[in-house]
Amino acid sequence: MTRNTEENIFATVPDEQGRYGVYGGKYVSETLMAALAELESVYRMLSVDPDFQRQLDEDLTHYVGRPSPLYEASRWSDNIGGARIFLKREDLNHTGAHKINNTIGQALLAKHMGKKRVIAETGAGQHGVATATIAARLGLECLVFMGEEDIRRQALNVYRMKLLGAEVIPVTSGSRTLTDAMNEAMRDWVTNVDDTFYCIGTVAGPHPYPLLVRDFQCVIGREARAQSLNQVGRLPDALVACVGGGSNAIGLFHPFLEDSEVAMYGVEAGGHGISTDQHAAPLTAGSPGVLHGNRTYLMQDSDGQIMETHSVSAGLDYPGVGPEHSWLKDLGRVNYVVADDDEALRAFHTLTRVEGIMPALETSHALAYAETLAAQMTPQQMIIVNLSGRGDKDIHTVAEIDGIEF
Amino acid sequence: MSRIEGRFKQLAMQGRTVLIPYIVAGDPAQDVTVPLMHQLVESGADMIELGVAFSDPMAEGPVIQLAHERALASHTSLSSVLTMVQVFRETDATTPVLLMGYANPVMHMGYAAFADAAGAAGVDGLITVDIPPEEVDGINSELQRVGIDNIFLVAPTTPEERIAQIAARASGFIYYVSLKGVTGAGNLDTKEVASRLKLIRKHSDLPVAVGFGIKDAASAAAVATVADGVVVGSALVDTLAQAFAGGGDQAVALGSAGKLLKQIHQGIANAAS
Repeated sequence: MTRNTEENIFATVPDEQGRYGVYGGKYVSETLMAALAELESVYRMLSVDPDFQRQLDEDLTHYVGRPSPLYEASRWSDNIGGARIFLKREDLNHTGAHKINNTIGQALLAKHMGKKRVIAETGAGQHGVATATIAARLGLECLVFMGEEDIRRQALNVYRMKLLGAEVIPVTSGSRTLTDAMNEAMRDWVTNVDDTFYCIGTVAGPHPYPLLVRDFQCVIGREARAQSLNQVGRLPDALVACVGGGSNAIGLFHPFLEDSEVAMYGVEAGGHGISTDQHAAPLTAGSPGVLHGNRTYLMQDSDGQIMETHSVSAGLDYPGVGPEHSWLKDLGRVNYVVADDDEALRAFHTLTRVEGIMPALETSHALAYAETLAAQMTPQQMIIVNLSGRGDKDIHTVAEIDGIEF
Repeated sequence: MSRIEGRFKQLAMQGRTVLIPYIVAGDPAQDVTVPLMHQLVESGADMIELGVAFSDPMAEGPVIQLAHERALASHTSLSSVLTMVQVFRETDATTPVLLMGYANPVMHMGYAAFADAAGAAGVDGLITVDIPPEEVDGINSELQRVGIDNIFLVAPTTPEERIAQIAARASGFIYYVSLKGVTGAGNLDTKEVASRLKLIRKHSDLPVAVGFGIKDAASAAAVATVADGVVVGSALVDTLAQAFAGGGDQAVALGSAGKLLKQIHQGIANAAS
């Protein structure tokens, strides 16, 4: 393997201001600036504290069930007839997705800061469930903001959150999806900033969130890198992950960034196609702007208004993306591509039937692209796909599309 | 001296507090805004704050969120707001006008292009809720070039060293957000506001206006005893919305907004006397 000999520029971001090149930063109202500064200083201190790291590692091992396996999907690979495809099984984590890696970490921060109340935004409900789970375990009050449209399409996760003792607050503004849930969570935080910890579910938001969420999710890539070397004796030729806000993708990619021979593909939601305005692919078809506290690629119109997005998967239905992805795009280190609704649904069915693994619809976008990519490669090559979440929550959506009523 | 600073000085000499009504430009229709601005001046406005609608108004409570939605539904853009200011200026050359909005529409237009267009239209000041001092240098130099004041917010949570940092960059006046929360929320604590204003004045000679929680003549009067300026937003926006929703025509709606502002103006005058 070849590591870049030049200075590792990937370790230089974010800078002191929380910037990734021209992206990132802290674009929030003055009321929140002190809270962000406090969070940053607590995190800087704890991230080098051996006791904090030990606690985090213990929780990841005994509560989340890490390390997650790196599974070779041989039958699927053979059917495609190209590269060997390995799946990083984040769907096997407690609560069924990668989201818990982050909420475990943020909840430890909240506890350390003496906050009694935790709030979160959620799209597909996976981050909401992961937050409600850890709040139940630590005895914290938990409120989850969720768009009305997402409450409808993710009813199972809504009930899971309620069973866990969280209050799910329906958000009725705008498109009633993830972006509106995030607006409402910010409004709650600004109002209750003294006793409330805002647990953001992705690598977006104001600094230091993109940094700390990345750090907590990097366990995915660290494990995958070691597993690849141990199990296969080499590094993969390519990594593939879906990108909504981009936390599972950055978690897989980041520990490999210096490995210049490893190609990376972030797969955005193409919705009804990027030639329409019914998609959620800001990196592929958007332009830079400011939303939710950071500068990044956005879906916006000619007046700088944020556009409504569409994706079959609630978790990718977001007009922005984490600022580090914007930086990696401009740098050319990561290729950002799209898979549309139909391609994702086909991949959902394929993996379920061929490997007996039912992926989340978000993850299905990565699988759809991996299939295309693998077909262009040889059996001597290998791909790792981040299987970021399981698909149980999406059964109703898929059934509805297939015209089945329960 | 800018039109904003001039207005504060002029009223301070008369022992009066500057009354600043906030409305969302283009709510509920674009042709309402300029007549409404004139109505507000007639009813006691010393300065006008025009909200620039944004798709994701994160700092706003429900009343002003809905106003943003109505303004966007009437196809109001940052450019059309600048046109409204220009038309207003044709018949009012003295009332300062400031815009309050979010970073993205301004950034999308381009800081230099915005500064040129806003300066030409007759805009006097700009408040961008989500551009704190850390991110402000790019836009501040452009605003200074055309003589537009950049108005900063100071919050109840702002530590003293940040107040100093903000004061060093601010011009026109400093906007004190009187409560932790979104626009139109809660009840403000005048004693708390007074002690915070004292702290701000330790670091700045600029006038200080207070907003986010002033609902009526009584709360305006209470704040006026300690502040140089008072901003009234949600209460006014709600009055307009209800007048239009009740099927009232434009004259009726403008009349009800004017009536509310007159009451507040009177409340402030009584407090001063």
